[in-house]
Amino acid sequence: MSIDIHVNGRPCRVEAEPETPLLYVLRNDLKLKGTRFGCGLGQCGACTVIVDGAAVQSCDLPVSAVVGKRVTTIEALAENGRLHPLQQAFIDEQAAQCGYCATGIIMSAKALLDAHPEASDAEVREALAGNLCRCGTHARILRAIRRVASGEAQR
Amino acid sequence: MSARKLPGSLDGNRELQQWLSINPDGTVTVRPGKVEIGQGILTVLVQMVAEELDVSVDRIKLVRASTDVSPNEGITSGSRSIQESGIALRYAAAETRELLLARAAQRLGVSMEQLTVTDGVVRSNDGQRVAYWELADDEMLQREANGDSVPKPAPQHAIVGRSLQRIDIPLKVTGQPVYLQDMELPGMLHGRVVRPASPGARLAALDAREVEAMPGVRAVVVDGSFLGIVAEREDQAIRAQRRLARIAQWQAGKPLPEPDPRYLLRMASEDEVISEKADAAARARATRRMSAEYSRPHIAHASMAPSCAVAQYEQDGLRVWTHSQGIFPLRGDLARALGLEEARIVVTHAEGAGCYGHNGADDVALDAALLARAVPGMPVRVQWMREDEFAWEPYGSPMVVRMEAALDERGDIVGWSHELWSHGHSTRPGGKGGVNLLAAWHLEQPVAAAKPGNPPLPAGGSHRNAIPLYEFAEQKVVNHLVREAPLRASALRSLGGHANTFAIESFLDEIAATSGTDPVEFRLRYLKDARGRAVIEAVARAARWQPREQGDGTRGRGIGFCRYKNLGSYVAIIAEVAVAEEVRVTQAWAAVDVGQIINPDGVKNQIEGGMIQAASWTLKEQVRYDREQVTSRDWDSYPVLTFREAPLAHVQLIDRPDCPPVGAGEGAQGPMAAAIANAIYNAMGVRLRDMPFTRERLISAMV
Repeated sequence: MSIDIHVNGRPCRVEAEPETPLLYVLRNDLKLKGTRFGCGLGQCGACTVIVDGAAVQSCDLPVSAVVGKRVTTIEALAENGRLHPLQQAFIDEQAAQCGYCATGIIMSAKALLDAHPEASDAEVREALAGNLCRCGTHARILRAIRRVASGEAQR
Repeated sequence: MSARKLPGSLDGNRELQQWLSINPDGTVTVRPGKVEIGQGILTVLVQMVAEELDVSVDRIKLVRASTDVSPNEGITSGSRSIQESGIALRYAAAETRELLLARAAQRLGVSMEQLTVTDGVVRSNDGQRVAYWELADDEMLQREANGDSVPKPAPQHAIVGRSLQRIDIPLKVTGQPVYLQDMELPGMLHGRVVRPASPGARLAALDAREVEAMPGVRAVVVDGSFLGIVAEREDQAIRAQRRLARIAQWQAGKPLPEPDPRYLLRMASEDEVISEKADAAARARATRRMSAEYSRPHIAHASMAPSCAVAQYEQDGLRVWTHSQGIFPLRGDLARALGLEEARIVVTHAEGAGCYGHNGADDVALDAALLARAVPGMPVRVQWMREDEFAWEPYGSPMVVRMEAALDERGDIVGWSHELWSHGHSTRPGGKGGVNLLAAWHLEQPVAAAKPGNPPLPAGGSHRNAIPLYEFAEQKVVNHLVREAPLRASALRSLGGHANTFAIESFLDEIAATSGTDPVEFRLRYLKDARGRAVIEAVARAARWQPREQGDGTRGRGIGFCRYKNLGSYVAIIAEVAVAEEVRVTQAWAAVDVGQIINPDGVKNQIEGGMIQAASWTLKEQVRYDREQVTSRDWDSYPVLTFREAPLAHVQLIDRPDCPPVGAGEGAQGPMAAAIANAIYNAMGVRLRDMPFTRERLISAMV
């Protein structure tokens, strides 16, 4: 069935069953591969997107639930070839090993910093409570986010 | 006349053109056979080639490993990629540069000594110039490497030894479709597999017609106990998988053992004394003996991304896309499982998430091929679900290690004994006499598994790092290999190193405590290896270790050390813990020696990652199962370290440019486990010997 959603600033019409998790609609129908499949159970955060300003796990959110809302994925962060400060900070800190968790974490961090630009270390760790990293890159990821939160990185 | 030995993987892939091409457009193509698994190897290889060729790193184009175009470098594992691929490319590039300079000398009418190279442009002392791309032709590298060209001496390095930024990170943080999981081919269909209800279970009854009738379903495959579906959309495939799983009926297999790894002690084993040294005079000085037993459970690789593969049957054969660590061994096993000639199968690598060893990557490739066989001409993508990966991936083997020491009246060690029980640590594809792919064992006409393997010494498998680097007057090391594994076991980062080093380093602290000796001083008493002593002393300085420092009842620190495989990286770690309701690692320091450092930040990244992952293994992780099946099938039932719990990590490197470079990927696992155990003892006088150090274990050890 046809469903109208709003992704990365643009209206999109997709053909999918309403209960289809948003994750598969983003990846397979809209070809936005940056939102990742990690568990499909809402436990690991690899699929995190932002819906009306809030970080949400897209793997257990039916596409029908975002009708009338604004969905933002990782692909929207860089503007005119300029990386978002979080993306640049991840590169500057080399905050990735396999990198599979990175986009979900960046979206969680963005949702936090958009609401609380000077979030403390403890607040960052809390905001990432639903994001897993299996390679053990936690320390670098926290340093990268801290760069942006502290204003060290340009907004 | 036998062929002379060439450096690294050149030995098995002897033509220069297999590795490099100098292109007319000013680029250099590099074809490694090792693959990126998040360890940063591709960036390192770019550095090593750019250094030897004297070209900018920007000119280098990497070709992803594929059985039709790449050299066969076996498996990307064991922290061997720099020694095997890096060294091969270093020598191949050095020889290529010499060939180009010889041509330049001829072209310019000067001798080679009068030539220098900057970014691929050759200049002579008399002001002439010519570029590599003007000199090279197709024939130049169609020759066997000679291995004689001398690579650049370390003092001249301008690119090697620098922390060049990872070439893949920008693509990953912008969400580019770089992973295998992101692949799309025209007309691609989606597959899912329904596995038996438990290991060893067989299909008892199934009427699949209701699944065949579901929306989008293009095929249902029932081949013995192998069940799968192919559908047009991924969400349709998942729905069909769930329905099929609900209606299939299974006949249970053999019961699983009890959860305690000590089930190993009751199974048949192959027993081997792997090290023995006797000294009657030393034995005579012994006044007392000590013993302790350590263990770890099955540990899951638990990749962030469940395994995935794409396969397509075409008229001339089969194409498979995979994130397997070993595309050539996989091809061999696929051929035997499917009854196809190897020559008609092409296996191409694309990156997956971190695998940390043998996970489901190879198995899902066979799944994809079997489903693709049902829809010839159509590409089929099979994505394991999270539950599939947790329940069916091969695990890191459980291990039990029994330590004994004979002490003299001063508390010095005069006799040392290390006895270990474990399954084999490799059931990877490529094993002799069978097929090591899950689905093959479930087919109507099954192809049996190869006998479980255990990599031999000196590197070792279950017995990796069982032989101590310390020197004791008497020692005996015995390996009890339990090949039959009720739950499939295979290679997990550091293999036996994690448990063996944990046992050795914990036991050393237990012995030191009997004479009140400082743990750092105690280790140095028995360690002659200068590089080993250096990392221990360096980490003690970095952490401001105070001799015989005491914990305060809730906080404490401990040390762990190993030389990985007794051949590779030297790693010393001090961990600081805070014990409240559970054990928390607050920070940890490491000192590391990998010989010549190619990329310092890359080494740090790997070591930090190993420290934090090992903390997770040691504090939290065990595969849970009951008599029938694995019960830890999601992140709730298999918890790992979270962002709330992650420690700070401080890594210091000791660069030895004149020593051979070795890999950093696995050296931290064992030392971190021991450092944590020793820190807990230092904090509160409680000795934990069975991993994971859960709250329950902590409480029962205190009672």
